Amino acid sequence: MNAANYLYVSALLFTIGAVGVVVRRNAIVVFMCVELMLNAANLAFVTFARINGTIDGQIMAFFTMVVAACEVVVGLAIIVTIYRSRRSASVDDASLLKR
Amino acid sequence: MQINNGLVYLIALPLAGAAILLLAGRRSDKWGHIFATLMSASSFAVGLLQLSQMLARPAEERAVEQKLFEWISVGSFQVDAGLLLDQLSICFVLLITGVGTLIHIYSVAYMSHDKDRRRFFAYLNLFIAAMLLLVLGNSFLNLYVGWEGVGLASYLLIGFWNQKPAYATASKKAFIMNRVGDMGLSFAIMIAFATLGTVSFAGIKEAAPEASTASLTAIGIMLLVAATGKSAQFPLQAWLGDAMAGPTPVSALIHAATMVTAGVYLITRSNFIFDAAPTAQLLVVIVGAITLLFGAIIGTAKDDIKKALAASTMSQIGYMILGAGLGPVGYAFAIMHLITHGFFKAGMFLGAGSVMHGMDDEVNMRKYGNLRKFMPITFVTFGLGYLAILGVPPFAGFYSKDMIIETAFNAGGIKGILLGSAALLGAGITAFYMTRVMILTFTGAPRWDEKALPHESPILMWLPMAILAIGSVTSGFLLSRGDALVHWLEPLFAEHGEHEELLKPIVVTSLALLMVAIGVAIAFLKYSRSEVSRTAPEDVSLLTKIVRRDLLQDDFNEAIFMRPGQALTSTLVKTDEMVIDGAVRGIGSAALSSAGALRTSQTGFVRSYAALILIGAVALIAAIWVVTQ
Repeated sequence: MNAANYLYVSALLFTIGAVGVVVRRNAIVVFMCVELMLNAANLAFVTFARINGTIDGQIMAFFTMVVAACEVVVGLAIIVTIYRSRRSASVDDASLLKR
Repeated sequence: MQINNGLVYLIALPLAGAAILLLAGRRSDKWGHIFATLMSASSFAVGLLQLSQMLARPAEERAVEQKLFEWISVGSFQVDAGLLLDQLSICFVLLITGVGTLIHIYSVAYMSHDKDRRRFFAYLNLFIAAMLLLVLGNSFLNLYVGWEGVGLASYLLIGFWNQKPAYATASKKAFIMNRVGDMGLSFAIMIAFATLGTVSFAGIKEAAPEASTASLTAIGIMLLVAATGKSAQFPLQAWLGDAMAGPTPVSALIHAATMVTAGVYLITRSNFIFDAAPTAQLLVVIVGAITLLFGAIIGTAKDDIKKALAASTMSQIGYMILGAGLGPVGYAFAIMHLITHGFFKAGMFLGAGSVMHGMDDEVNMRKYGNLRKFMPITFVTFGLGYLAILGVPPFAGFYSKDMIIETAFNAGGIKGILLGSAALLGAGITAFYMTRVMILTFTGAPRWDEKALPHESPILMWLPMAILAIGSVTSGFLLSRGDALVHWLEPLFAEHGEHEELLKPIVVTSLALLMVAIGVAIAFLKYSRSEVSRTAPEDVSLLTKIVRRDLLQDDFNEAIFMRPGQALTSTLVKTDEMVIDGAVRGIGSAALSSAGALRTSQTGFVRSYAALILIGAVALIAAIWVVTQ
């Protein structure tokens, strides 16, 4: 199977994620879209490792997973806290910075 | 020249008086006025002593000198603080200390109700000392110190009642206009030093014949500027009327008898410069002729008795300047008129003060009337001064003014005719406005305010007036008998040949008396036959309105100097604010406003940030792709 196909899937996933981040309001969904983008990147890393025959890409994928795990912990904690104080998980409602 | 170490006492005595009274403060309130009067009187006594010594010496050896200390010593430039007493200075010394002492005595009574009387006497003594330094200095630089000193004393005394803002403004006006003249004197000194290398009278007199006419003319013109400032001559005359804000004894001493005549002294003292600079001399007579008419015309429209007398002073000093500008033949007559004027004008000012004293400080002559019944002594002394200023024989003004008119006619050519006619016309106008003052004040029906309780002033006030009145009667005759003053001053001035006479003296005298008679007659017709209104009539001709506004002298100064000056300074202030401060503030506010504009792009919407990041990343990748292709 042509390795380039994996890259197409990766690009598709990334695009879905990016669009989701930009258009969705729910923080949880935005968060999931971010994860989708990270995993798209992981897929691209792994695919390139396979094409080049090196393991650099695979190592980078592990790094990404670790960072993503940390990010999920911190991000979910923030989302929960915002939800508790504002009774809303909408990212548009949390726009107090401009004032 | 002989050395006489007694000269310094002339100045030191009144100076010590001023210093002691000012330093002792309120402790000297009780005896300050007596002390100051004694200091002035003792200076007068020293002056008399010097005169008697001077008379004992032959004419060539009469001048004496005293070196006080080495003042400036820079390379070849040496100036000593030195005093010079010669035939000219002694006239001034006796006039200043004599009239000054009389006015001290007068002020004891006049200022008796003023809580600041001691300070007033301290300033009077300061003035006497400065004026004596002015006439005794042996170089222009020493004279300059006295010149500034009298300016300071004049400023302090005009503004003596500076709790009234108008009076404080008047003192500032006098000071600032005097500064303009003082600049002239300092320029004259600088030019003299630059071109002749010396500033002493003796040194300049020696160097003058070899000096170029151009530099002498420049010095002469600058000295004339100085004289116009101090002597209230055209075009720097506008301060004198306002200077009447000072207490009346001050007006009598400083702004009639002595300080304002300093310009005449300056020109007479610098005779060797003016004799060698005909252009400057011509300007002097022009200034004199203009001012004598200018002052006289202003005098006709003044209702304030002191301002009428001030205008008259301006006009009479115009006569002196005219006389001094006529060269060696005129110096002595200028000085003679100066001395007689010192008597009669000081006497009349004291008379005006006496009237004000009795009329609750009212100065408007339209609210006087019939005062001769209530103030007989003031009436007689003022009347004698009046006859003297008119030039009625045998009173003092007749001798001195007549000689100036005569000399003016003899100046030669069209110049002589113009100057002589101006002086004659001035005599007529003088007669008119002085008669007006007499009629409005002393005759007619009473037009007083209710508060006025006219009464004769105490002896301390009328005694000086009486003495000055005696001077107004006799001084002219005594000074001109056998040409006494002319011969006395002769050694100081250049020789002058016989001038051909345009008109015979008797013709000039008759013409002058005719003009006086016409002036008096017009005044009688206008003011004596009908009732004088208590307020100045409003429906008057434009000319009268202009004269009432002092011939627009203030309007002129305001239009030509004050407003452009204000415009210049406000432009500079605005430039400073707009350009210099503006640049600094502009940088700050530009940073602020651009930051503010950028701040609005921060919406707080996470999704738009994400979109921006996405667009940025895509743009970056696109750019890299384009570059690497």
